[in-house]
Amino acid sequence: MTDRKSRLHTPLSRRSILKGSLASTTALGAFALTGGGPLHFVRNAWAEEQPIGNFPAKTSGSSITLGFNVPQTGAYADEGADELRAYQLAVKHLNGEGDGGMLNTMAPKALKGNGILGKKVEFVTGDTQTKSDAARASAKRMIEKDGAIMVTGGSSSGVAVAVQSLCQEMGIIFMCGLTHSNDTTGKDRRRYGFRHFFDAYMSGEALAPVLAEQYGKDRVAYHLTADYTWGWTQEESIKNATEALGWKTAAAVRTPLGAGDFSQYITPVLNSGADVLILNHYGKDMVNSLTQAVQFGLRDKQANGKNFEVVVPLFSRLMAQGAGDAIKGILGTTNWHWSLTDDGSKAFVKSFGQEYGNPPSQAAQTCYVQTLLYANAVETAGTFYPPEVIKTLEGFEFDGMGNGPTLYRAEDHQCFKDVLVVRGKENPSNQFDLLEIVKIVPRADVTYDPNIPAFNPDGNAELGPYIPG
Amino acid sequence: MERTSASRDLILMVVFTAAVLSMPIWLAPIGAGYPDLLQKFAIFGIFAIGFNILFGLTGYLSFGHAAFLGVGSYTAVWTFKLVSMNILPAIIFSIILAGLFALAIGYVSLRRTGIYFSILTLAFAQMAYNLAYSVLTPITNGETGLRVLRDDPRILDRVLGIEPGDVLPTPELFGLRTIGYEGFYICAVFLIIAFFIALKITRSPFGLALRGIKSNQSRMNYAGFNTRPYTLAAFVISGMFAGLAGALMAVTDPLAGAERMQWTASGEIVLMTILGGAGTLIGPILGAGIIKYSENIFSAFNEQNLHQAFSFLPDPVQDAAVSIASMFVGEGWHLTLGIIFMLIVIFLPGGVMEGFGRIVKWTRKPPAPRATQEVRTAG
Repeated sequence: MTDRKSRLHTPLSRRSILKGSLASTTALGAFALTGGGPLHFVRNAWAEEQPIGNFPAKTSGSSITLGFNVPQTGAYADEGADELRAYQLAVKHLNGEGDGGMLNTMAPKALKGNGILGKKVEFVTGDTQTKSDAARASAKRMIEKDGAIMVTGGSSSGVAVAVQSLCQEMGIIFMCGLTHSNDTTGKDRRRYGFRHFFDAYMSGEALAPVLAEQYGKDRVAYHLTADYTWGWTQEESIKNATEALGWKTAAAVRTPLGAGDFSQYITPVLNSGADVLILNHYGKDMVNSLTQAVQFGLRDKQANGKNFEVVVPLFSRLMAQGAGDAIKGILGTTNWHWSLTDDGSKAFVKSFGQEYGNPPSQAAQTCYVQTLLYANAVETAGTFYPPEVIKTLEGFEFDGMGNGPTLYRAEDHQCFKDVLVVRGKENPSNQFDLLEIVKIVPRADVTYDPNIPAFNPDGNAELGPYIPG
Repeated sequence: MERTSASRDLILMVVFTAAVLSMPIWLAPIGAGYPDLLQKFAIFGIFAIGFNILFGLTGYLSFGHAAFLGVGSYTAVWTFKLVSMNILPAIIFSIILAGLFALAIGYVSLRRTGIYFSILTLAFAQMAYNLAYSVLTPITNGETGLRVLRDDPRILDRVLGIEPGDVLPTPELFGLRTIGYEGFYICAVFLIIAFFIALKITRSPFGLALRGIKSNQSRMNYAGFNTRPYTLAAFVISGMFAGLAGALMAVTDPLAGAERMQWTASGEIVLMTILGGAGTLIGPILGAGIIKYSENIFSAFNEQNLHQAFSFLPDPVQDAAVSIASMFVGEGWHLTLGIIFMLIVIFLPGGVMEGFGRIVKWTRKPPAPRATQEVRTAG
């Protein structure tokens, strides 16, 4: 514990309602006289808790505010709507309403279902429009006007990276929503940013062995890649992973984002000598490119004496719904799927279904889990003081949240957990039952060193300080 | 013709200055008194004033002005990276580069008028956007956006002995930080200067020539008046205003993203100007304020807020009211904006400023000769 003098100088108001716990006897005596209530245990006690972001100004009342920053308009509006539903459900569960969802399965757990540190959880929402500027303006509004103590959300890596660095500057913890680019926890990693979702590198590591097993080791791949940061990192990751297993890459062609018509890119594929088409597209782009590739009859063709195959490395159920029959038999990876049968997934699917009438998407799951993880870290740390919360999350090992045993790695704030390799179902039993799980790739197979070139290309990636400037 | 005089302009400047500097106070009751939105009001005010010099005075409708805003932002961030975190070099370079960019685009586009001019500027701006988004990624950092890094060279700062610390540096003006309310006041000072320049241009013979071009360019040409240098000058000036706005965006938030240059951003500035009143001095600033306000405040309303707002109603009525109102807020904020825009264009073609003019006229019946002071029509 720290020395008694410095602890006495810290503000007392926010401690008065904190739960009882261990404390050094001298400090306890001093606080019992002044604070009048039981005290918490400061894990790595800081000499002086200085104001950071909205701490302690906005954490001293009877409620605290979380900021949910999701795309409500634009190409990822479907994902955004589902994320918002998950956030609202998480707030309900944190406040002890509803059936508790994953609060019943999460382990280890400090949360009690009475808000966070006894304070009621409220929330504000905002529209990122899938644009960095709008997302940052929206996040700033939440922080400056509404007093949000934590911001979460995002359905695009560009937005996540932009908001994450803003939050670093403002001293507000940012729990990333759906972002798959390596950069989020790679070269753009930040001390105040945390990602539960998996990344493009993990997709490659998980998918490549399955591809080799299903389609053989002497394949020639042709990439169509959305021409922006996420597309490139995914292309690079898949290329490296498949080439390591003996595949060749015929060509990697960049397509403009939101192209709509991909026929001019698909026609040359057949004469390129390739026998696998890999679509590094997401959202509407993926729906369009996959549908058109199937309409062009690629999957009925033969090349190099083998059946022509199409692969979509990053899948989501919402996209599968958009692509319809074209998705059948296509391999890809996903962070989570509602058909998983572990207790955490079942509890979450049940309460989400009761609330909204349909199963949650992977975006919903990651956002729900992120909110709970933040709340739990605050509860464990016993304070909203951001450096303490960050230290609690760093290296946090947990289970019961749908992905099996999961580690929040301290070096880059990336979660490590099993990755699902999935295939579009041939005979879906209902409109949500579109993907079947081919393989659950264990966490050890997708774990990597935080400073490999894909994540630290210039050797200068760094999380930054606990106390922003 | 409107009545103007030096003393009236002085009053206008004083009132305008007071109104801008006191924005944190009088905007607080409507939920807009927080730094980020106030900064946006000032920055887009500058952008709109500059756009109005081209569109309001000469009548040339540019659909590509966001490109200059983007150029300003990228230049400012690169200056932060390479030269200094002080904002003055960034702002100066941004204005110069945006001006040069405008000179190049204007030189080509101004060979045509009307819709052809608009389409040309739109094409250039979309080109700039696509270049920034993917092709020029080494320079613009593509979708992720260009950001300041801790270990950037910053030559001037190094020469002056400022070494990079452990913390990411933030822009500053001789030690004054540029975020929060300080950032707003920096933007506000630039807004007041920009307004003053626009006022002087409008009142000058040059401004008169621009209005002449708007009312009848052919006649100006027949009278032996070469209009090209004038339109090009107006285009470059308004491009430089946009560059300043872009630089200030980077100053208050050191990040430059490509979507700042997208055609929707160019369309937004047209909406702002028309909504407020094209050709008027104050109108475009009001328009910018209205659009930024709806974007930031209406979009933040969710059903929880609505239930609170309608909590005085009995439950079934409350649910109905919430479900109707929720169409216009949250993700429906574009709808609200669209309706406001339609109403104004249909009933007040001169924008909000025409509305003010009508109110003034109506309160001063019979019309006094001074009643039109508030309305500055373009012609």
